[in-house]
Amino acid sequence: MSELKLYEVFIRAKSGLNHRHVGSLHASDAQMALLNARDVYTRRKEGVSIWVVEAEHVTASNPEQEHEWFDPAEDKVYRHPTFYPLDKEVENM
Amino acid sequence: MYSQGLTDAKGQEEPADLLAEFQAKIDREEKIEPRDWMPAAYRKTLIRQMSQHAHSEIVGQLPEGNWITRAPTLNRKMILLAKVQDEAGHGLYIYSATETLGVSRDQLTDELLTGKAKYSSIFNYPTPSWADMGAIGWLVDGAAIMNQVPLCRASYGPYARSMVRICKEESFHQRQGYEIMTVLARGSQAQKDMAQRALNRTWWPSLMMFGPSDKDSKHSEQSMKWKIKRFSNDDLRQKFIDATVPQAEHLGLTIPDPDLKWNEETGHYDHGEIDFNELFQVIKGNGPCNKERLQARINAHESGAWVREAAAVFQQLQSEKNKSEAA
Ligand SMILES: [Fe+2]
Ligand SMILES: [Fe+2]
Ligand SMILES: [Fe+2]
Repeated sequence: MSELKLYEVFIRAKSGLNHRHVGSLHASDAQMALLNARDVYTRRKEGVSIWVVEAEHVTASNPEQEHEWFDPAEDKVYRHPTFYPLDKEVENM
Repeated sequence: MYSQGLTDAKGQEEPADLLAEFQAKIDREEKIEPRDWMPAAYRKTLIRQMSQHAHSEIVGQLPEGNWITRAPTLNRKMILLAKVQDEAGHGLYIYSATETLGVSRDQLTDELLTGKAKYSSIFNYPTPSWADMGAIGWLVDGAAIMNQVPLCRASYGPYARSMVRICKEESFHQRQGYEIMTVLARGSQAQKDMAQRALNRTWWPSLMMFGPSDKDSKHSEQSMKWKIKRFSNDDLRQKFIDATVPQAEHLGLTIPDPDLKWNEETGHYDHGEIDFNELFQVIKGNGPCNKERLQARINAHESGAWVREAAAVFQQLQSEKNKSEAA
């Protein structure tokens, strides 16, 4: 039996918030994926907008390279405002 | 997107440094995500446990589905429908979380239908009266909540996240069940008797839902170390009993256990011996409804074959259409 395509489902809980990944489901096309996502992931008003993306179209970073990729940000403390002490007189900036 | 080959650890040594780092990560309460390295045995344990859980949600629709057409009022019917629909959703959430471990949905379905995979023993009991809908919501969903709340902190990210979603929905299940029992317990003598009989039927099987006693539980220790499990079977069972007995008393119903009594010293209820032989028999396939439940799933699968075929053809046509539009 050939399985239907896998779709990843993203939901915006209310306007003003980002769409967030909530899970996945199988469907034969994007329209069916949307309908099914509506039925299973928003039965209690969990969302006001849905995105579905074919799972195979998601390109992900490699977890084995997590350190090479993300650690360099660690020693760049000068990217944060707290790196710059202020004189008492100008306390609010 | 998460698909990963299921490499069997058999004969294949797993590097000690990876194993150590994996355990350290778990000890730090960090989550394991689908594409992270994990020991083959961890993956295998999760697939077994999660697929059993998903199957339970799906088969669990059957005992209650039995009463949808005969619910006593339109209101009750809507509520029961919504609950059973939730259970279908729970199945989907957990199946899709299981698929992130590299198994296909077809394989999982196949294992259920061929009897290779197990599901919760509780769903192999019959539901002869409307009061069973009350007892199931109150006790079976109640026991499921006890089990599932700690699973919200399970070390595997997708499993934990699906449990958070599920737990949010379960508490309605338990309350609607208790409400059914409340109405019956405050009704005519015949209604009270019906509620009591449902409690009598459901009490012991729901205690068995927590699994064998700790001394016979073969998967526990490793699962605790991996933080898939947080509390032992007996601890969860005791918590459930302590929470439930006062609820029964409140309704004037009697728990069918003559040895049940409050123990001032321990601060818990002592209870009579559980017949684990019954549990093992039901798991083996000899419960009152095992055959009927499995047959219902097989029938549904077979009579739904044309829908799956149509969807597959539709998928093919759609992708051809998209290609020619793009050209
Ligand atoms: Fe459920
Ligand atoms: Fe459940
Ligand atoms: Fe439930």
